[in-house]
Amino acid sequence: MRKLLPIILVSFAAFLFLIRLFYLQVLDESFDEVSTNISVRKVYDYPQRGYIYDRNGKLMVGNQPAYDVMAVPQEVKDFDTLELASLLKLTPERLKIQLEKAWRYSPRLSSVITPQLTKKEYAVLQERMHKYQGFYIQKRSLRDYTINHSANILGYIAEVGDREISQNSYYQSGDLKGKQGVEEQYEEALRGERGVKHYLRDIHNKNIKPFKEGKFDTLPKKGSDLHLTIDAELQAYGEKLMKGKRGGIVAIEPSSGEILSLITAPSYDPDILVGRKRSKNFTELYYDTIHKPLYNRALQAIYAPGSPFKALTGLVALQEEVVGLEESFRCNGGYTYARGVRMGCHNHPSPVQMVTGIAHSCNSYFAQIYRRTIEKYDTPQKGIDVWRGHMASFGLGDYLGYDLPVGRAGLLPNSDYYNKAYSYPTYNWYASATLSNAIGQGEVLTTPIQLANATAAIANKGWFYRPHIIKSIDDKPVDNEKYTTKQVTTIDKEHFEPIIQGMHDVYNYGTATFLRVPGIEVCGKTGTSENYVKIDGERMQLTDHSIFIAFAPKDNPKIALAVFVENGYWGSRYAGRISTLMIEKYLKDNIERKDLENWILSHTLEDEYAKPYSGEPFKINQ
Amino acid sequence: MPKTLLQIDWLTILIVIILMGFGWVNIYSTTFVNPDESIFDLSKIYGKQLLWIILGVVIAIIVLALESKFFERFASIIYIAAILSLIGLFIFGKTIAGQTAWYSFGSFSIQPAEFMKTAVALALAKYISEINNDLSTFVSQLKAFAIIGIPLALIMLQPDAGSALIYLAFVIPLYREGLPQAYLSVGFLSVAIFVITLKFGFGIFAPFFVAVLIIIYLFNRKRKPRFWIYALTLLFSLGFSYSVNFILNSVLLPHQKERFDVILGETNDIRGSAFNLYQSEVAIGSGGWLGKGWLKGSQTQGRFVPEQHTDYIFSTVGEEWGFLGTSAVVLLFAILILRLFHLAERQKSQFSRVYGYSVLSVIFVHFFVNIAMVIGLFPTVGIPLPFFSYGGSGLWGFLILVLVFLKLDAKRKSLD
Repeated sequence: MRKLLPIILVSFAAFLFLIRLFYLQVLDESFDEVSTNISVRKVYDYPQRGYIYDRNGKLMVGNQPAYDVMAVPQEVKDFDTLELASLLKLTPERLKIQLEKAWRYSPRLSSVITPQLTKKEYAVLQERMHKYQGFYIQKRSLRDYTINHSANILGYIAEVGDREISQNSYYQSGDLKGKQGVEEQYEEALRGERGVKHYLRDIHNKNIKPFKEGKFDTLPKKGSDLHLTIDAELQAYGEKLMKGKRGGIVAIEPSSGEILSLITAPSYDPDILVGRKRSKNFTELYYDTIHKPLYNRALQAIYAPGSPFKALTGLVALQEEVVGLEESFRCNGGYTYARGVRMGCHNHPSPVQMVTGIAHSCNSYFAQIYRRTIEKYDTPQKGIDVWRGHMASFGLGDYLGYDLPVGRAGLLPNSDYYNKAYSYPTYNWYASATLSNAIGQGEVLTTPIQLANATAAIANKGWFYRPHIIKSIDDKPVDNEKYTTKQVTTIDKEHFEPIIQGMHDVYNYGTATFLRVPGIEVCGKTGTSENYVKIDGERMQLTDHSIFIAFAPKDNPKIALAVFVENGYWGSRYAGRISTLMIEKYLKDNIERKDLENWILSHTLEDEYAKPYSGEPFKINQ
Repeated sequence: MPKTLLQIDWLTILIVIILMGFGWVNIYSTTFVNPDESIFDLSKIYGKQLLWIILGVVIAIIVLALESKFFERFASIIYIAAILSLIGLFIFGKTIAGQTAWYSFGSFSIQPAEFMKTAVALALAKYISEINNDLSTFVSQLKAFAIIGIPLALIMLQPDAGSALIYLAFVIPLYREGLPQAYLSVGFLSVAIFVITLKFGFGIFAPFFVAVLIIIYLFNRKRKPRFWIYALTLLFSLGFSYSVNFILNSVLLPHQKERFDVILGETNDIRGSAFNLYQSEVAIGSGGWLGKGWLKGSQTQGRFVPEQHTDYIFSTVGEEWGFLGTSAVVLLFAILILRLFHLAERQKSQFSRVYGYSVLSVIFVHFFVNIAMVIGLFPTVGIPLPFFSYGGSGLWGFLILVLVFLKLDAKRKSLD
């Protein structure tokens, strides 16, 4: 049977091969993907990022070309290191390090050797680059700012990090992505959609031809242009007024909830985060823990609201029917509400009623009607929760849902909060324990945008739209229901009349008579808020924050705003002046009260801010 | 002549033509640059291969035109001439990639080892068919092994271990003609021991083998077992197994050892030693049922598989023609070899039969080793796929090898 050997061998071989081939080709499907990874190269086509305009169509952010010098390490031939280094404005050592880094990343993929040259630098390089094999210049698109303000609203763009790449499959190493502000919030609209072309490549990494006749290729989709609700001129003016101060201004159009300006100070010129200087400048901004220029005080800083809160206290008392408009209260420079505990008040005509109470900002009046509000109910717990419900309907204690990526909820305490604080039920607590809330000096904490929004709700007599910064995307007006649905407060319309009258009288005979805007009926409320810091573990009081809320005109209001100036002392001193200038600027476009403007422009609070860092004892409220 | 044409085995011819044609189609796919260029462009690989095929037809006609007695009569002279051509390499040969295996004539080179197989087959057939030779005697065995061993040694010296491996194919005709069973048993046993030891190590092989042998000894009651056979087997097996590591590390060259590591899955360096096999498997594996289509294989067109037009041509079939193409090629080879087997067995003269057996054995070993290597079942060995791979010497060598047999077959009746 020796004849059978060839038959056995051939049958065995053929059978073995067919099984192995069937396994490789039919059963194991993993090779398809591997094959694509090896032989198909994707070439991306990045569309222009969308432009950003202000509410009046003024261009704020455009694009500019930038040029990266790239290298494919394995294609780099011997070259004059010194010459190229001087051409690229690098030290020869740096150039060597960059090339070594590129080798480690990949010998056959390109790496950035030096990023973001300007057009001028590019022009010089372009003629000489051909001498250096393996190097080439890659064009990219960077932001081009036509303005030098609004940095915190706009945000910036930067290369995506490893974490973002792993979280969002759209992004790849080297992609630029919006960070902070509008750039982050509207990233998807602004970036558009990159296009991709698939090429078959060969073992030498050269493109041979389109993969499958371009079946999988996509065209880039241009980024959408945004129109913001921001008034660029008002914004620029506000930032100018806030020079040398810390704090925030938020101005809202009450009829729409559109944010007219949103200013945080100190800020920076957005242009310094573009191009080669970006990383150095960003580091400086990031580590400036004294000025915190990247911290958006208009959205993130929480302050005790101070006296402007009295307007809301009044509204709630009227709604709860615990006080009549005609009812007078005496003020003897304060209000004693428990044995030996007294809330002080400043010097003003007495007695006061609702309207005059607001105009004169009488602490005693609001403390008493607040107490009545809480004590109207069987328990202080129930009273606080009813009060909180009214306050919450103005958007306090809540993130508000505006379209910017940062924010704070602030604090609007409820009964649980006080139960915990006073160890209820072991100990009882009463309305008097929360009395400071009446004048915005208790547990309540608000952000500037919350207070501006509440001001808009007062101006509208009981309703508001959520504040937002987007006006239209590609000329399509914003249709997000979040911003087109009217939010209604729990206060009836008629109760707003006396409050608004009181706020108007602030200018007529109250705390801000010198801040009247000629020809415009303005309503406002001053505020002065005590504040403390810890220095070396010791709680120290600093100069009061200067706060002001206002809206104008009184009838059919066009602008409502809240101004916080940290350590600016009393309300009308800094915040009041700034608010009246902002109103004049927005409604009349030019400033007639040059002396007022000059006062603000020539006064800074840097000395005040230096005090806690001086290491020496200091005096406050000077 | 017309009579010869009628008596020629046309099935074999047909399969050979299909293999050459399909081979060329795949060579074209791996080497074309611009589809508008002439397929006769002699500066291109595919153009050259077309020329080799056309010249191959001329050679075929010459071989068929020769008197069939010629081959038997001149077998010794052909063998000696071929041996001399191998020796001559060390004086006049051209060294390509470290191997002195070619005679160079301008831009063309000829590899005598490819023609040596025909010479060995003829010499072996002639020697065995001589009336006083009996392969059951040790002297005859030694002489037969010498006929095979001399060219094998010369080729090993080139050095071209892959081509030398092919000469093991001649054991198959020897076996058919009476070589004792023991040779084959020892051969298979050695291969098995080598593979098992490589895979599992001596420590596992030794106790396993001893156990198996004891069981066989105890249960084999049919014939009185000869104890010394068992003892010898055990001694040989354990000794061989124990020296596997030594062979691997000291006898084999480093690159050959790496090839074993790759196939055993002990290294996975797909950028280094496993690169060829990895690219080849990816190309074949991504072909699917029907392949990506001619000229459309991304691995092939990207030229990712090294030596794809020569030793790795089968990977092109796998990628562009899919399982359909690869199974067709495998079956064509199987049919070809079985057909040659059928022809060999019907020979009346022992010379023709031994020669025919040699032909089918050589083609089988090429087919087996080449495809097994390309699909990852055998370490990398640089030998071509018959009629399929690029290369003039190889193509003509196989054509002559087969056609001499077809000529002998056509005249088998007159040889009585």
